[in-house]
Amino acid sequence: MNFPILSSLILLPTIGALFIFFVRSSNSQYQSSKYVALFITSANFFLSLYLWIVFDKSIVDFQFVEEREWISGFVNYKVGVDGISILFILLTTFITPICVITVNATIKNRLKDFLIAILILETFMIGVFCSLDLVVFYLFFEAGLIPMFLIIGIWGGERRVYSAFKFFLYTLLGSVLMLVAIISIYWITGTTDVIKLYELGIDAKYQNLLWLAFFSSFAVKTPMWPVHTWLPDAHVEAPTAGSVLLAAILLKMAGYGFIRFSLGLFPDASLYFVPLVYTLSLIAIIYTSLVALMQEDMKKLIAYSSVAHMGFVTLGIFTMTQQGIEGSIFQMISHGLVSAALFLCVGVVYDRLHTRLINRYGGLVSIMPKYAIVFMVFTLGALGLPGTSGFIGEFLVLMGAFKKNILVATIASLGVILGAAYMLWLYKRIIFGKLINEDVKKMVDLKRFEIVALWLLVLPIIFFGFYPEPLINSIEVSVANMIDMNDLDKINKLALGE
Amino acid sequence: MENLQLIIPELFISIMIMFLLIFGVFKKNSSQLVYNLTTVSLVAALALIINLDTQIQSLLFNNSYNIDSLARFMKILLILSGIFVMLSSSKYILISKISKIEYPILILCSILGMMVMISSNDLIVFYMGLELQSLALYVLASFNRDNLLSTESGLKYFVLSALSSGLLLYGCSLIYGFSETTNFNQIMVNTKEIEYGLTFGIVFILVGLAFKISAVPFHMWAPDVYQGSPTSVTVFFALLPKIAALTVFIRFLYIPFYELGDQWQMIIIFLSIASMVFGAVAAIGQKNLKRLIAYSSISHMGYALAGLSTGTTQGVQSSITYITIYLVMNLAFFSCLFMLKRNDEYYENIDDLSGLSKNHPLLSLSLLVVLFSLAGIPPLAGFFAKFYIFVAVINEKMYFLAIVGLLATVIAAFYYLRIIKIIYFDPEKEKFETKHNLGLKFTLVASTFFILAYFIYPSGIVDIISQININ
Repeated sequence: MNFPILSSLILLPTIGALFIFFVRSSNSQYQSSKYVALFITSANFFLSLYLWIVFDKSIVDFQFVEEREWISGFVNYKVGVDGISILFILLTTFITPICVITVNATIKNRLKDFLIAILILETFMIGVFCSLDLVVFYLFFEAGLIPMFLIIGIWGGERRVYSAFKFFLYTLLGSVLMLVAIISIYWITGTTDVIKLYELGIDAKYQNLLWLAFFSSFAVKTPMWPVHTWLPDAHVEAPTAGSVLLAAILLKMAGYGFIRFSLGLFPDASLYFVPLVYTLSLIAIIYTSLVALMQEDMKKLIAYSSVAHMGFVTLGIFTMTQQGIEGSIFQMISHGLVSAALFLCVGVVYDRLHTRLINRYGGLVSIMPKYAIVFMVFTLGALGLPGTSGFIGEFLVLMGAFKKNILVATIASLGVILGAAYMLWLYKRIIFGKLINEDVKKMVDLKRFEIVALWLLVLPIIFFGFYPEPLINSIEVSVANMIDMNDLDKINKLALGE
Repeated sequence: MENLQLIIPELFISIMIMFLLIFGVFKKNSSQLVYNLTTVSLVAALALIINLDTQIQSLLFNNSYNIDSLARFMKILLILSGIFVMLSSSKYILISKISKIEYPILILCSILGMMVMISSNDLIVFYMGLELQSLALYVLASFNRDNLLSTESGLKYFVLSALSSGLLLYGCSLIYGFSETTNFNQIMVNTKEIEYGLTFGIVFILVGLAFKISAVPFHMWAPDVYQGSPTSVTVFFALLPKIAALTVFIRFLYIPFYELGDQWQMIIIFLSIASMVFGAVAAIGQKNLKRLIAYSSISHMGYALAGLSTGTTQGVQSSITYITIYLVMNLAFFSCLFMLKRNDEYYENIDDLSGLSKNHPLLSLSLLVVLFSLAGIPPLAGFFAKFYIFVAVINEKMYFLAIVGLLATVIAAFYYLRIIKIIYFDPEKEKFETKHNLGLKFTLVASTFFILAYFIYPSGIVDIISQININ
């Protein structure tokens, strides 16, 4: 097929942004620019859905590969998808229209600029997930900082400036070493093309340093303990749509990067650093869960829970087993849906009461029953109840971990219990209890667009909870190939002394 | 005669200088006309350079003048920047009441001096060009003579520049003493053995040149001169002398002293690291935009020097690419500065930008693009500039330099972000005027578009630059 479907996916949002930019601004046309954005992002979703359907899940190779000369003799613009990246693209194109649906409630001023920022961000996010060249990947990875910085800074809460700066400088600092590593890879192997690098392999003596350089970038972005501190700030201050995109997609870039680059390019180094990753992941799971228990601010609580969930992801990836990696990917998709939904839920009550403090709420079940139902689903999804997508991911990760190290798996399982504790307690304090606060009594239940947005998220969470097959199917071959190709199994066995 | 044909652009500019001087003296109130004629003659000079036949022999006048591909490219860059500077600052000169006939003529003199510098292949020719451009710049810096800051900056620049010229001249005399010649190619032949005197000569020359491109620790003059001079002169300072000085750097390091690489490499690395880090740190506390851009350009020169320090053709090419993109970014930045005008007064403090995005969305958008590009964030042109430098640096296994340079980028990102924060996140102030002359608008749109669209076809400039023959 010659139609450049991936490039269209990348470019379509930018075209939409340009269109909105050139439509003359007046208050009456705010609505129209919203519909344009909604149309473009939905079109993009259906395009990626079509991509998923025509994608051949039984082939290990990258599909829909496009290659064009870019920086002559050095870097080629190369994009393509395999079973792993296609899911992330789907997640991105699914979450973005939901953000657009909900902007009306949260964004009061400069709606047009906000939509442009979101569309540009979508371009960069899709670009990250389908680039097959390290430089192109870096370009998209870093470029995403610009719109996110503006989203937090212009439309954020009171401490938005501090948070925006922290977000930007932290991630930039993390990525600096990755750029050095990418250029070094070019001089060591003569290419930055990921597929060629998979074939060539990188000499084991360079791997450790290169792995650390990539790790510094991905660890900040994931975020792993102890460089996670930017995340709660960024989440709390960002507007709802910003938090949703940040939690659902931007964090996944790092997890995706771990699988695609850390495991794929530096298998020996990955194995060498397994204890480091295990330790940091376990600390993230246990420590941030405890921190989440203590939070008074809803968004902060969910932000810390994100760190804990991403701890499961990194743990799963570095078990280097089929189940562990599949579980991590599943967990990322599921967390993308659930955390997006939870931030939307917080946004719903924040728009009505303008506070995120948990103790100002209580007893919402009697005045907002519809809200209580969807929030229940998401809470259960977040704590990984069987029947929701959250369960499959955590279960697979733990299965992979048990295969490798029983102690690690046991500690990680504790995290599941803690997760249940803080999520259920949050639910209890907001939804149940007595209606004390007078303002709360005046709150109205979900509006139509909120129902649409939230139920759109309920469906996949429950569907994939009962029937994970489509997702697993899509990633199975690619993950198996990744493990085969890099002899991760063999390396594992050697390490275990078998 | 054949020699003369090849220096037609220089001859043309010299004749225009004399003609315009006489014309301006005899015709009353002709300052605006002289200004426009200067711009036109720059365009004509550009056409002449592009038209030159590059195939014929390039060393002229007893091998003292070099018309090679490097000189050609740098002269095109120089005159193009000159034209854009003239276009963008015409209104500023009228309003700040410095529209006199001498102004454009001095600019032409200085450009002529730089062209001589760029083509020089002999110490004496080089020094002549250097002094011609410097003398014109002293006067330009203090051109707003009723303004205390402007006169101070002129004097400061003069005193310090004279000192550095003295050092440079001393270095030249040492080189002459140890190599018995002033010709660059001949120096290379005569200096196969390293002698202390020669090393001292190289150091003195490098100090003099470092002063001209304001590399740390010879940067003291830059912030004061940038701030004190009229903005139209500041933009000139920020762009053109850098092109000339960088070319001379390349010529010195890669023709006469190429064999002595181990003597100068450490010096350049030191200058580069010091400039990158100091420029980034010192800019954080600045309140005046012109002063800030002075520190920012110190930092940028550090990156350009990092490319040179590799001692490879690739490194030189990356430096040339860097300076090209740097020119465009600074041009765009100063064009924005020229637009901050209200009731015939120009504003140049960072706080004046507060909330600019609400009243002037397009101007803020171009500032946003320029600032992120200066900070080196992809996918803007500034990222590619740094990228090429680091590719060259890492190829030579100079990881320390690369990592320091990248960390300095992060520090520098902070103060660029601070300006963006003031533009986008802070409460709005009074509106600025929205009427600007066509030249200024064109300069801003063209340069912003270049920065924004560079990533679509990054090979274009690289291909041109890769054809430049260094040795």
